[in-house]
Amino acid sequence: MTTLYTSDHEWLRIEGDVATIGVTDYAQSQLGDVVFVELPKVGRSLKKAEAAAVVESVKAASDVYAPISGEVLEVNDAVAAEPALVNSDAGGKAWFFKLKISDKSELGGLMDEAAYAKHTA
Amino acid sequence: MLAREAETALRTTPLHALHRARGGKMVPFAGYDMPVQFSAGVLKEHLHTRHSAGLFDVSHMGQVELRAKSGRIEDAALALERLVPQDILGVAPGRQRYAQFTNAAGGILDDLMVANFGTHLLLVVNAACKADDEAHLRAHLSGDCIIEPLPGRALIALQGPKAESVLARLSPHIGTMRFMDVGPRRVDGIDCFVSRSGYTGEDGFEISVPAEQAEALAKALLADGDVLPIGLGARDSLRLEAGLCLYGHDIDTSTTPVEGALEWSIQKSRRHAGARAGGFPGADRILQQLDTGAPRRRVGLKPEGRAPVREGAPLFADATSSEQIGKVTSGGFGPSVNAPVAMGYLPVSLAAVGSLVFAELRGARLPLRIAATPFVPNTYKR
Repeated sequence: MTTLYTSDHEWLRIEGDVATIGVTDYAQSQLGDVVFVELPKVGRSLKKAEAAAVVESVKAASDVYAPISGEVLEVNDAVAAEPALVNSDAGGKAWFFKLKISDKSELGGLMDEAAYAKHTA
Repeated sequence: MLAREAETALRTTPLHALHRARGGKMVPFAGYDMPVQFSAGVLKEHLHTRHSAGLFDVSHMGQVELRAKSGRIEDAALALERLVPQDILGVAPGRQRYAQFTNAAGGILDDLMVANFGTHLLLVVNAACKADDEAHLRAHLSGDCIIEPLPGRALIALQGPKAESVLARLSPHIGTMRFMDVGPRRVDGIDCFVSRSGYTGEDGFEISVPAEQAEALAKALLADGDVLPIGLGARDSLRLEAGLCLYGHDIDTSTTPVEGALEWSIQKSRRHAGARAGGFPGADRILQQLDTGAPRRRVGLKPEGRAPVREGAPLFADATSSEQIGKVTSGGFGPSVNAPVAMGYLPVSLAAVGSLVFAELRGARLPLRIAATPFVPNTYKR
């Protein structure tokens, strides 16, 4: 299992050909209190960089972009029901959706943990 | 996902160092480097203000003294009535009133508070408008009045149900003030101008204090266990739940006071058949709208789902029509309502409380129920 990151502050946990995607703890700290999460529909085919989900804090709405292309296999209804999970456990319970990876070569453009730490330093 | 603001030369208030020391997250606002939130975060700051007491730095706002050259405050009041649709002559000593500067088309140049300090008027205006307001006052009132901005004074708001008990520890007789009372008061030994008013819908006070003593006063207030510092984020969600307009968003030069649902702020004396009817910029249009109604109106809106509907969202009469009928001017999540809340403009024929309109959001139409404001009952001590 590998965890990768985007410059847009999303994380991807790669297990075989499935990527679980969420926003980073740094992102939630910048967003502030999250009050609304909108997730993509299961079965939707997402292209890399397409708006896939929405996360809204008290302050503002932000799009979450598909970091890679793929089909939505599963979404986390718990985070839609309790958006504050994003603040309490961004990297864990507050995952957004799972994608069936359509092109593994797209993973090459993502950051590992060390590179992401440098990105947010 | 996250944008960073370009850094520009920003002004600071006398409490700037204190905000940074208290962990304020600073952002540019109206040309000032201001705290948008502190470590508690917008949600907790909002709820703390509703349950206890919050301290807000509003020193970026403009404070302007208006004195008549004749020395008679009545003359200052009558002069100011040439620029606002309000009855200023009727503001008794020790009282303040909400007002708007209007333009020739009846639009709103700024909204403000006007306080009668016995010998002179004290105006509190919006930060983003203060230079224009001062120029406007000088252009129209210099013949009769001395216009003196007070850049050497900070302005601290203390808001919430515990504001009175907190302030009373530093100013023992403050509890005798009622909503919209003003006057000079000693607070922790400092000579201040205090009003019992605010921008949250809660009971509370605004305290004008000499800049050099502002930090000491803020620290004395924050030393009280009931008080938390509150940033601009919660200030906005508090005023939105209270149904209060934000200038430049809910009202501006394209909206009249009647369209903005601010008729309540225009007293009979300035209306048709009043003792001093008209005589302010845009009077023809505003007085006509007071008589016959305006074509559109600001209303409260409650999105039916959980998604906040924010400023700029277009409004439609139903789920499919292509004709836009209005737009949202303020919107977000209301922490005390525990649901999204918004305000916007609609044609009067479609603005009845209880009916549904639709906002377009990310390509979908979301229903919003037209609602009375405030969204939470205000708790002013009248």
